[in-house]
Amino acid sequence: MNSVTKLLGGLLDWIDARYPLTKTWNYHLARYYAPKNFNTWYYTGSLALLIMAIMLLTGIWLSMVYIPTAAEAFASVEFIMRDVEWGWLLRYIHAVGGSAFFIIIYLHMYRGMLYGSYKKPRELVWIVGMLTYFTMMGIGITGYMLPWGQMSYWALQVVISMFGAIPVFGEDLALWLRGDYVVSGVTLTRFYALHACALPLLLLGLVFVHLIALHEVGSNNPDGIEIKANKDANGIPLDGIPFHPYYSVKDLVGFVVFLIIFSAVIFFAPDMYGYFLEGINFAPANPLSTPEHIVPNWYFTAYYAILRAIPDKFIGVCAMGLASVIFIFLPWLDRSPVKSIRYRGWKYRTALIAFTISFVSLSWLGTQLATPVFVWMARFFTLIYFGFFFLMPFYTSTDNDKPVPDRIP
Amino acid sequence: MNNNGIDRNRRRFLTAAATVVGGAGAVVAAVPFVAALNPSAKTKAFGAPVEVDVSDLQPGQRKVVQWRGKPIWILRRDKKVLEDLAAMDSIVSDPKSEEEQQPLYARNEYRSVKSEYLVVIAVCTHLGCVPAYVTADEPHNLGSDWKGGFFCPCHGSFFDLAGRVFKRNPAPSNLIVPPHQYLSDTRILIGDDTGAVS
Repeated sequence: MNSVTKLLGGLLDWIDARYPLTKTWNYHLARYYAPKNFNTWYYTGSLALLIMAIMLLTGIWLSMVYIPTAAEAFASVEFIMRDVEWGWLLRYIHAVGGSAFFIIIYLHMYRGMLYGSYKKPRELVWIVGMLTYFTMMGIGITGYMLPWGQMSYWALQVVISMFGAIPVFGEDLALWLRGDYVVSGVTLTRFYALHACALPLLLLGLVFVHLIALHEVGSNNPDGIEIKANKDANGIPLDGIPFHPYYSVKDLVGFVVFLIIFSAVIFFAPDMYGYFLEGINFAPANPLSTPEHIVPNWYFTAYYAILRAIPDKFIGVCAMGLASVIFIFLPWLDRSPVKSIRYRGWKYRTALIAFTISFVSLSWLGTQLATPVFVWMARFFTLIYFGFFFLMPFYTSTDNDKPVPDRIP
Repeated sequence: MNNNGIDRNRRRFLTAAATVVGGAGAVVAAVPFVAALNPSAKTKAFGAPVEVDVSDLQPGQRKVVQWRGKPIWILRRDKKVLEDLAAMDSIVSDPKSEEEQQPLYARNEYRSVKSEYLVVIAVCTHLGCVPAYVTADEPHNLGSDWKGGFFCPCHGSFFDLAGRVFKRNPAPSNLIVPPHQYLSDTRILIGDDTGAVS
């Protein structure tokens, strides 16, 4: 036993002299000091990593069978579902995983808004995180197209047509993106390359940078108190605990709970009653006929409702883009000296509640037919949505924030 | 400018020159990557003109063909429809077809070469969905004064039977009339109008 330990220790020394293995382990895990007061919201980061791993694994397996051509895409998905051993499970994990990824990421972003995690010095953590989110949106859009059903086809036709709304060169840009005069097999094949290769590579790179940036500045916490401001004689934050084993073990519990819920959805409601997999998409793509009611994936419907709320094509597309990009500017729109919602005044609390209600309402409205009543409701919530951001410098600088303690209570 | 035998001017010049030449090289190298995404020769060939025989088309009937992958509708309109079109002028946003959504030879009150036949690209000018053709006679829920036309299900745009968009609709302009010409009384060539009377 002793000699084995000695041998392994020797091997580790050999590696450490050539690669910073122990150093990296310590820097990012064993001696990465995280605040001691993490709560449930802090599961979302590690869960996002877990889902990313699941998506990469199932995605690689699906790509071994899926055929990205207009003639065979739809049939190859059905082939996976019916004739490939356990193919249905791999596909359902991947499809449900896509929605789960967005649920977790939206909670992850919301956590940042609750506890002011985007504020100084974590602006870059936030911005890189937003770029990761945009990359995920790209992966979502391109992936939605691959089953080559009616919804895949027409949702993409609408998305690409949005680029056509840009003055002067918009139509040429849309043509270039499609590689054809309409969405066709040419578009499908290139979007498959983006979905299965280019964008996942970009995502991995961004997630890496996101973590490096986070570990440089340190994690925020539900009290929004900088633990690095109070260190002991050895330079270890007094309110910090090593990420490993404390939070690595805590996150494992989160993994188990998540996987139970995830499995329940996969086995009992993989289509989530039309929200994760739409009924219309079980009919093959037909370029000559648009279904009566097309919607994007549920995680884009808030932006889609904003698009439909505005009665001008170009302004509508711009507002939709702004609604997703504007989060990047939060670190500078927010003028409050306080990070966490726990010490914020009534103004930010009210604004955040109003924003939450409008985001959820817009998401629901985007799944419904655009009747006049719903369009007016969408206009109302669009106003609140943008009001939350544009008025932020004013209400956060005049808020009655509470005093923040020096140490985590 | 000599520091420890280093000529900084010379170094700066070399750096700038290498950046400019290297940058130009990068731009040139990007050309094939960008151009490779354009429609290929095969795609363009698929976009060749299509010939349609409309001799069997009855009034009120519609023929659907594909040109450049897009659905093209050829609609035969009877006298009543053509008379009704004038009455639509007040509710459509571009009654005189002033915006260039059609070749010059189709820039008239019927938006067609022969008033009887409407040839349009059935792609909504809003975000590219295919509208539905709803006649006045068939059951519909578009109101009692609906004189027949096209309705886009995606975002609710209405067009009359000349493909003119109604006022205050999401679609910004009329449906596009593709370039086309009559080879004979009942044979239409879609996608090519060279030699046609304009």
